[in-house]
Amino acid sequence: MAEKVIMLGNEAIARGAYEAGVKVSSAYPGTPSTEISEYLVQYRDDVYEEWAPNEKVAAEVAVGASLAGARAMACMKHVGLNVAADPLYSVSYMGVNGGLVIVVADDPGLYSSQNEQDTRMVARAAQVPVIEPSDSAEAKDFFKTAFELSEQFDRPFIFRTTTRLSHSQGLVELCDRVEPEDKPYEKNVTKNVMMPGNAKIRHIEIEKRNLELAEAANTLPINVVEMNDTEIGVITSGIPYQYVKEALPEASVLKLGMVNPLPRKLIEDFASKVHTLYIVEELDPVIEEQVRSWGIKAIGKEIFTVQGEYSANMLREAVLKQELNLEEPAKAPGRPPILCPGCPHRSVFHVLNKLKLHAAGDIGCYTLGAVAPLSVIDTTMCMGSSISTLHGMEKAKGKDYIKNWVAVIGDSTFMHTGVNSLMNMVYNNATGTVIIMDNSTTGMTGQQDHTSTGKTLQGDPAYAINIQALCRAIGVKNVYEVNAFDLPLLEKTIKAENEKDEVSVIITKSPCVLLDKQKKPLYIAHADKCKKCGMCMKPGCPAMTENPDGTIYIDDTMCTGCGLCKDLCKFDAIELVKEGEELWQ
Amino acid sequence: MAVKNIMIVGVGGQGTLLTSRILGGLTIAGGYDVKLSEVHGMAQRGGSVVTFVRYGDKVAEPIVEEGQADVIIAFERLEALRYAHYLKKDGVLIVNDWRIDPMPVVIGAAQYPENILENLEKDHKVYKVNATEESKKLGNPRVFNLIVLGIAAQHMDFTKEQWYEVIEKTVPPKTVEINKKAFDVGYSIAQ
Repeated sequence: MAEKVIMLGNEAIARGAYEAGVKVSSAYPGTPSTEISEYLVQYRDDVYEEWAPNEKVAAEVAVGASLAGARAMACMKHVGLNVAADPLYSVSYMGVNGGLVIVVADDPGLYSSQNEQDTRMVARAAQVPVIEPSDSAEAKDFFKTAFELSEQFDRPFIFRTTTRLSHSQGLVELCDRVEPEDKPYEKNVTKNVMMPGNAKIRHIEIEKRNLELAEAANTLPINVVEMNDTEIGVITSGIPYQYVKEALPEASVLKLGMVNPLPRKLIEDFASKVHTLYIVEELDPVIEEQVRSWGIKAIGKEIFTVQGEYSANMLREAVLKQELNLEEPAKAPGRPPILCPGCPHRSVFHVLNKLKLHAAGDIGCYTLGAVAPLSVIDTTMCMGSSISTLHGMEKAKGKDYIKNWVAVIGDSTFMHTGVNSLMNMVYNNATGTVIIMDNSTTGMTGQQDHTSTGKTLQGDPAYAINIQALCRAIGVKNVYEVNAFDLPLLEKTIKAENEKDEVSVIITKSPCVLLDKQKKPLYIAHADKCKKCGMCMKPGCPAMTENPDGTIYIDDTMCTGCGLCKDLCKFDAIELVKEGEELWQ
Repeated sequence: MAVKNIMIVGVGGQGTLLTSRILGGLTIAGGYDVKLSEVHGMAQRGGSVVTFVRYGDKVAEPIVEEGQADVIIAFERLEALRYAHYLKKDGVLIVNDWRIDPMPVVIGAAQYPENILENLEKDHKVYKVNATEESKKLGNPRVFNLIVLGIAAQHMDFTKEQWYEVIEKTVPPKTVEINKKAFDVGYSIAQ
């Protein structure tokens, strides 16, 4: 019997890629998709994997590898697919040479995202087929199926996962890697050059291919009918299938492994055999609207939400009308995410807060600068948007209007799409101040390397693109690099640059505290010297607590020794206790 | 065996992912079907985090539903309070008697509830230990979660040897001894 191991959904996808004989993978980190690429690195002898600066680049790299004849993939989160939408819609017309699969991870419940969009909607618009697994074992096996179908039908595929699947572990049986022969490359201009005359013909072709695929879907082994009691029938897919099995073990189930295109005959046949048909799908009514458009009666979003995750209890209440008599949750103060103790962003935000500045924000840990007590960020929309948002404000209201504004963006996000917006500022004679909070990593997703860290995904040394030089090359004259913890210099620089009627870039540098594994000093607070002024508490460091008498306690299990509190204390009440070594080994 | 439902709750950064790796390795060594569900990403930045572990003959969903937890392992008092309603009527709550103020409390927008454990004890079977202090005595406060796991071990279906084996396989090699010591501390408290 094959070896059974426990794997995270994302780890199983990586294993599936290895077993499927994938040769090239390109990705940009994004929760919940990030770990797929990280788990792929263990197969580096057989699979080339890389971080790309953004998802558009990643998708195009995968298309190139497919054109060259190899099996290729790209990985991203749902909003990353928006960045990659341009290649997606057109590679859909081109089709593939070697199998091509784009893994897209949705985030129902918004664990770590700015919206709750449903990738199946994007896929339908782009006419790209979608496969969706319901546990780790399927994540691995269906991934191989995706490549086989991609080559058989000459279609790029989307492999859809969700946070719950990506970040759940389950048992997986390991198989050997297949080594498919690379497809020979043949120059084919009508297929691969999407100019109007060719694209017109390709559009007809892909409509035909999709109909063939929809027909084939009726008998695909990944679309499974589990006939049981016929009183209740459920059409479902992905993780919701598990909730259905838990809550409605007696029901008949049509479990779809391919959710676009849908197997119409299979669905019509299943619907005719059950008394009441439910469609259980998280997020948008993608299956439901199509099924209803065929004149099939089904119950769906009138009783199930379009928001957040589902659960077995939800189905027990909605379908079986069970009274669960659950205990009320206790009233407990919330615990929203916060910047880590020792995070260099806190220091920068403290200065911005002190100067009473507004900040156009971006996507990363520093989005947390929007919440009290830092309360600096006014806007956050999508990757790279901070700089262009600030620019738009200036063009609407004039340069004086943005004298109390800055844009803040992280290093990885700047290299992702922020750099385009900075080019726009320079080109269109803007005057705004951009702060690039350079912590030498992609922080929020768990410290991934990027184009300016000097290391590849595979751990090899690489040229580190110099952000300062890049900004100068674009044409920004005022570029300054400041230590993120140098409070006086930060304050002085930000004030001075905001006064100027020219574009300025201030790069605040200090490594992410989770990245820096160096031994750290540690601070303690002396109650006898403390004047209870509250200055040290202003930046909201989670390692610091106010004692009942108003003095300060520093949690020695949390302090990383950044020294921000010490720098803010005017009475020398906060002191370094251990220099150069960790208190706790 | 009917499916057993375990939850680990705590504050992002307290090592819930390591703990879930230990429990995952353990359940598979026991020959069970198993599913675990974790939190990655933004919530890990000091937010409230929960890990679900389910094992038995056949497991479908990877989450534990409200009212169905056999054991909740809480790394912090407020988080024990937040998730206590997930417990079954006869479920067991194991709590690290430790306080980490959430930001609304730090900035004075909310109060940290008083007498959390005393109130929970009225309706639930509660085991409490100041594992953070105990682990400092061992020389490393970061191994507190193994002390709490040591207590939980008395309410799960694995031998001490199976626990040892998976600890050896999971934690960094340099910290195997101190993690096993920490486990022993919890294991003996529970006896």
